[in-house]
Amino acid sequence: MAAAGVLEVDTPLISTAAPAERGLQCMAVERGGHLVPSPEHGLKRLLAAGAGPIYQMGPVFRAGEAGRWHNPEFCMLEWYRPRAAIDDIIDETEALLGALTGLECAPRTSYRAVFLSVTGLDPIECATDALAAWARQHDLAPANMADEHDRAFWLDLIMSLAVQPTLGESAPVCVTDFPAEDAVLVETHPDDDRVAWRFECFWQGVELANGAQELTDAATARERMAREQTLRREAGRAVPPLDEKLLAAMTAGLPRCAGVALGVDRLLALVCGFDSLAPVLAFDWARR
Amino acid sequence: MATFNTNQFKGGLKIILDGDPYNIVENEFVKPGKGQAFNRVKLRNLKTNRVVERTFKSGDSVEAADVFNLDLQFLYHDGEFWHFMEPNSFEQYQAGEAAVGESAQWIKAQDMCSVTLWNGTPLQVDAPNFVTLAVTETDPGVRGDTSGGGGKPATLETGAVVRVPLFIEEGEVLKVDTRKGEYVSRANEN
Repeated sequence: MAAAGVLEVDTPLISTAAPAERGLQCMAVERGGHLVPSPEHGLKRLLAAGAGPIYQMGPVFRAGEAGRWHNPEFCMLEWYRPRAAIDDIIDETEALLGALTGLECAPRTSYRAVFLSVTGLDPIECATDALAAWARQHDLAPANMADEHDRAFWLDLIMSLAVQPTLGESAPVCVTDFPAEDAVLVETHPDDDRVAWRFECFWQGVELANGAQELTDAATARERMAREQTLRREAGRAVPPLDEKLLAAMTAGLPRCAGVALGVDRLLALVCGFDSLAPVLAFDWARR
Repeated sequence: MATFNTNQFKGGLKIILDGDPYNIVENEFVKPGKGQAFNRVKLRNLKTNRVVERTFKSGDSVEAADVFNLDLQFLYHDGEFWHFMEPNSFEQYQAGEAAVGESAQWIKAQDMCSVTLWNGTPLQVDAPNFVTLAVTETDPGVRGDTSGGGGKPATLETGAVVRVPLFIEEGEVLKVDTRKGEYVSRANEN
C-alpha cells in the first residue's frame, strides 16, 4: 500500500449510524451507535474532506454471519482512490491478489457472462419468473416461496449456489458489472441503469473482494437508502437511522472515486490451503 | 409445535420436512457480501435413510422432530414385533421389521440396544457394536488344515451366519462385530 502511495487511516469502529443495506445486520453498542460492518462511511467522509488515496485494515462486525466462510468479526482491507475509474481499481486489486497469492489472476469476466454460461439465462434481461423456474428445476429453491417477485433474491440464490462455486477454480477472477438490484452507494452504468459499476472477486468459489465506482450524488444515495429501509421494515427487521453525516459529506462533495473491500481472513485461509476460516482465526465465533 | 430457526441448524438436529423426520448431516451458511443469507443443508430422511439437499432462507423456521435415542433392553420377538423395555421405567416399546432391519440377526434377549424413537414409536434399532453369540451349527474344522485361508461359515444362535476360523467348533461362544458382520474372537479372549 505504501509503495502504491495509499495512506493508512483508522476511522472509528463505533459509528452513530448503521448502513441501510438490507443484507447487513449491525451490532448495536449499548451506549449508543453500532459497530461498523465496513469502514466505508468513515473513509468516504475523509475523501469528501479532501483526503488522497486511503486504506483501512482492521476488524469489522456483521451480526448473524457465522459459518465456514463467515465470522461475525472479521478483518477487512478497504481502500479508495479519488479520481480513479473502476477499471483502475480492478487493475490494482488484481495486482494485489497476484502479489499475495503468487498466481496470475484469471481474465476478467462479467456477471452476465458467468451467469449465462452456467444457467443459460441472461441475468439482466430475463424475466424474474424464469429465474425462479430455473432455481426450482435445479432443486435450489427454498420450500416456502413468498418472495417470488424479488429479483435480487433469485439472483443471489442462483449466483451463490450455482454460479459462484464454479468461479476462480485455479486463480482469482474479477467479475464485473453486477446487477443494480441491490446497489446502494455504487454508480450504475451510464448506458444501462440495470447494471451497476460494481465487481466482485472470487477464488476457489469464495468471494474475496467487492469494489465499485462509488456513487457521489447525495440525493440518489438518500433515495436508495430509503428503499433499503422500506425493505427492512417490510421484513420486520430493525431499521437503523440513515447516516446523515455521510449524506452531508456527499452533499458537500465526494470526489469521483473507486474503492474495494477485501476479506483478509478468507484470503489468508485460501493462501494457506485451508477450506474454512476457523484455522486462521485465533478464536472463531464458536470458540471465543 | 416446537420449531427451530435456521440459525440453530447444526449437525444432529432433527426436523420435520414434508411430514418425515430428518437429521441434519451438514449445514452450510451461504451469503453474498451485499445479499441475502441462505442455509444449504444436507439431511438424512430417518425413515428411508436417503440423503437430500435443501435450501432454507436464513431466518426461516422449521418444525422440530420429536426424535431422540433411548437405550432399551431387547425382550423377545413374537414373530411380528420385537419387544423392548426401558430398564428404569419398565415402559415397553414394540418395533416393526422396518425399524429393526439388520439388527434382527444380532440381538438376543437382554441385549441393550440404542433405539431411535419418533413421536414415541421406534424408528430404528441399533444393535450393540459387539455381541457375544454361540455357534449352533458349523462343520468340524480339520486340525492342521491351513490351506483354506478363508475360514468356514458358522450359524449363530440368532440365525446369523458369519465366516469363522477353521478351529471354531459348535457350542463355542464368539465375539462378533455387528457393523461389519464379522467374527472378531472367541468370547473369552481379549
